[in-house]
Amino acid sequence: MSVKTLTIDGVDVAIEEGATLLTAAKEAGVHIPTLCHLEGVTDVGACRLCLVEIEGINKLLPACVTEVSEGMKVHTNTETLQEYRRMVVEMLFSEGNHICAVCVVNGNCQLQDAAIEVGMDHTRFPYRFPQRDVDVSHDRFGLDHNRCILCTRCVRVCDEIEGAHVWDVAGRGPASRIISGLAQPWGEVEACTSCGKCVDACPTGSLFRKGSTVAEMEKDRGKVEFLVTAREEHKWTR
Amino acid sequence: MDLTELQEIAEAERQAQKSIRVHCCTSTGCQAANSLGVKKNLEGAVKAADLGDRVQVVGVGCMGFCGRGPLVEIDPQDKLYEEVTPDDAASIIESLNGGTATANEGDLNHPFFARQMRIVRETSGKIDPERIEEYIAAGGYQSLYKVIHDMTPAEVVDQISKSGLRGRGGGGYPTGLKWATMAKMPGEQKYVICNADEGDPGAFMDRSVLESDPHRVLEGMAIAGYAVGATQAFIYVRAEYPLAIDRLQKAIKQAKRLSLLGSQIFGSPFDFKVDIRIGAGAFVCGEETALIASVEGGRGLPRPRPPYPAQSGLWGCPTLINNVETFANIAVIIREGAEWYANIGTEKSKGTKVFALTGKIRNNGLIEVPMGITLREIVEEMGGGVPDGEVKAVQTGGPSGGCIPASLLDTPVDYDSLVTIGSMMGSGGMVVMDETTSMIEVAQFYMEFCRGETCGKCIPCRVGTVQMYQALTKILKGEATMRDIEQLEQLCGMVKDTSLCGLGQTAPNPVMSTLRYFRDEYLVLLQDSPNGKVAVKS
Ligand SMILES: Cc1cc2nc3c(=O)[nH]c(=O)nc-3n(C[C@H](O)[C@H](O)[C@H](O)COP(=O)(O)O)c2cc1C
Ligand code: SF4
Ligand code: SF4
Ligand code: SF4
Ligand code: FES
Ligand code: FES
Repeated sequence: MSVKTLTIDGVDVAIEEGATLLTAAKEAGVHIPTLCHLEGVTDVGACRLCLVEIEGINKLLPACVTEVSEGMKVHTNTETLQEYRRMVVEMLFSEGNHICAVCVVNGNCQLQDAAIEVGMDHTRFPYRFPQRDVDVSHDRFGLDHNRCILCTRCVRVCDEIEGAHVWDVAGRGPASRIISGLAQPWGEVEACTSCGKCVDACPTGSLFRKGSTVAEMEKDRGKVEFLVTAREEHKWTR
Repeated sequence: MDLTELQEIAEAERQAQKSIRVHCCTSTGCQAANSLGVKKNLEGAVKAADLGDRVQVVGVGCMGFCGRGPLVEIDPQDKLYEEVTPDDAASIIESLNGGTATANEGDLNHPFFARQMRIVRETSGKIDPERIEEYIAAGGYQSLYKVIHDMTPAEVVDQISKSGLRGRGGGGYPTGLKWATMAKMPGEQKYVICNADEGDPGAFMDRSVLESDPHRVLEGMAIAGYAVGATQAFIYVRAEYPLAIDRLQKAIKQAKRLSLLGSQIFGSPFDFKVDIRIGAGAFVCGEETALIASVEGGRGLPRPRPPYPAQSGLWGCPTLINNVETFANIAVIIREGAEWYANIGTEKSKGTKVFALTGKIRNNGLIEVPMGITLREIVEEMGGGVPDGEVKAVQTGGPSGGCIPASLLDTPVDYDSLVTIGSMMGSGGMVVMDETTSMIEVAQFYMEFCRGETCGKCIPCRVGTVQMYQALTKILKGEATMRDIEQLEQLCGMVKDTSLCGLGQTAPNPVMSTLRYFRDEYLVLLQDSPNGKVAVKS
C-alpha cells in the first residue's frame, strides 16, 4: 500500500492511496459540509456541497468521490465555494416545503445543520411550494416527500446494507421523487423488512418513525457505519 | 470472405446496376412528405414505359436538401427534382426519353451543394441503405479488410491520431487519444459503444447517417474494435428513430451473413459483434456515463468522472464511446490516409462537420462542410440567407451552445473559435434567427428544454434550471428588475461550475450568450430599465 501526501487548507496530510479527499480532510481536521455522503454506503457525488478547489485543476471537484493524489493542494473553503454552498442549500429550501417549526427532526436535521454552517438565514430564490404527498401506509414509519432532498441515502442504505432495495427514484428533473417498491405505498411493499435503516440514514425529516412528535426524533446516523465495520472487520464497538 | 470475394460482390453489383439510376429519397424527412408514394409511382412508370432494362429506381438515403423534399435525382444526368409529388413521377420517367418533367427542377450547382465537401455523407443519397451490396460496390468494408490484414492495432490508432479527427458528439475530444488510451487499458473484455442518442432539439445528423448509410458506421465501429481490442459493441439509438433502428438491424444482419461482423472476420482471429440498445429518448442518456448506466439496464444517471469510460465503463470494463459521425469518418480516413484527412479543415479542427441548417433560412437541410468555413458562408451563401430580412443571430450547439450575433458571422466554424465566442460546435444543430426573434425567448426555450431534461440527480442542475427558467419568464413578463438580471447571472455561473455532468455544466450557455450579445433586449424589459420604460410584453 502506498501513501500519498497532500495539503488541505495548508495542513499536511499523509494518507493511503485510494482514499477520498473527504477522508483525507477528516484526517487533517478540516470539516467539509456534505449531505448525500453517508459513511458506509457508496458515494454518488450528487449534492455538490463538498466541492473543493484543487490548484492546477480548473474544475471544482466533489471531495466525496475524488481520490487523493500526490502533491495535491486542496482548498475547501474559498469565497467562491462558500457562496456556491450557500446557493446549494438555498436551492434545497426553495425546492421543497421545509417548515422546520413543524418538523419531527427540528434541531436534529442535517439540512438545518448545513444551513447554519453555510450561514444561510433566508433563501433568495422564490419558493416553489410544490404539491407533495405524505405516505404513512407503513406500520412503523412514514415518508414526507415535502422534506425530501433526493440525496438517495435511503436508496443506497436499503440496497447496499439491508439488501432489500425497497427505494428508488422515479421521474426526472423537478418531477423526481423517491418511490418504494414499484411505486406502491410503503406499507404494501413486501420486500421491506421494517429494519428502519433508511429512517436512520435520512438526513431530514422526510423519513420518520411514527409516534415522534415535533422535534423529538433523534436519528442514529452512525448505525450504518457501525454495521459496515461490524460486518467487515468484526468489530462490534462504536 | 476474403478480399477477392468482396471485390467480386462489388463487381457483380456494378454490373447489375442499370445505366440510369433514379434516386428517390426514402429518409425520414422525405418519407414524411410522401416520398414512398413518389417511389412507387416512379417504379410503375418505369414498368409502363418498358424502360426496365436501362432505368432503375433506387430508394436512397438523405440527399441533404430535406426542406424541399421529396427529392428525386437522376444519376448520371445530375438532375435534381424538388417537392416531387406522386403525380410528377410519370413525367420524370418520360423526361428520360426526351419528355419534360412537371416537377420543380433543383440546381445542383447552387452553393448549397457546391460548397459542400462530403466525407461522412459521401454515399448518402447515392446508395440504397438497405442493401449491403451497394455499400460494398461503393468501396465499403475494404478499409476493414485493410486494417485487419495490413495493419497492427497500433498502426490503426496511429492513423486516427495523425488524422486529427476529434469527436463529433459535442466535446471535440481527440479521437486518436481516446483510442490510444483504450488500446493501452489492460483487460480481456472491452467494449465499443456508438452514441446515437442525438437528443439536441433540431438536430438530425446522426439519424440521417444511420438511415442513409448504416454500414459506414458499422465498419467504423469494427475498425475501432480491432484497434482497441474490443469484441463486443453496442449502438445506443433512441426509440424515436424507428427507421434508423430498422435499417441498422437489417445492416447488422446482412454484414453478419457475409461474415463482415461476427466471428473470424475476413478469416482472421478478429471477432466483433454489434448489438442495438434502444433508449427511451432522454436527453441526459447521451451523456456517456448515463448512457452506460442505461445500457446496463439501470436508470440513466450520470456519475462523476473520473473514472472515465475508457478506464471503467460498461460493467466496469474499459469502454470506448464515440459518436455516430465520428465512426462514420473512420473508413474514409483508413482508405485515403491520415495525411489526406489532416489536410482538410483547420489547424486544430480537421475534416468536415455535418450541420442541420434550420430556422429562418431559405435552404433548410443537412450540409457537410470543411471546418474553417465561416458562418457567413454557410448562412448567406449556402443557406441563401433569411427569406425576408436580415440575420440576427445563429444558434449553434443546441442546449449546450449559444447564440452568435450577426456581427460575428465571419467567425470560422471550428471547435475552438466557437467556444471563444461563447458558443460551441455541439453535435451540429444550426438555427438561423432573423430580426423578429426575441433572444430572451430563445434562451427561455433552451432553459425549458433543460429544465425538463435534467436527470434530477444533482441540486444545481435540478433546481437551477427551474430557477433560471422562472427568472427568464419574469423578465419576459416585464416584472423583473436589475436585481433579477444579477441573480440570473449568478445562477448561470453557479450551475455551470457546480453541476455534476455536461448537461448542467453547459445548460446556462444559451442564457449567458444572449446576456453577452443581446443585453439590451433584457434591459429594456426591466421595470427599472435605464430609459425608464416599463415594457410589458403583450
Ligand atoms: C447531456 C449530454 C448529452 C449528450 N448527448 C449526446 C448525443 O446525443 N450524442 C453523442 O454522440 N454525444 C452526446 N454527448 C456527448 C457524449 O457524452 C460523448 O462525449 C460523446 O458521445 C463521445 O463521442 P465523440 O468523442 O465521438 O464525440 C452528450 C453529452 C451530454 C453531457
Ligand atoms: S425499513 Fe429497512 S427494508 Fe424497509 S425500506 Fe427502510 S431500509 Fe429498506
Ligand atoms: S427520503 Fe431522506 S434519505 Fe431518502 S432521498 Fe429523501 S431526504 Fe434522502
Ligand atoms: S448536471 Fe443535471 S443532468 Fe447532470 S447529473 Fe446533475 S442533475 Fe443530472
Ligand atoms: S457529499 Fe459529496 S456531493 Fe454530496
Ligand atoms: S430526408 Fe430526403 S433529402 Fe434529407
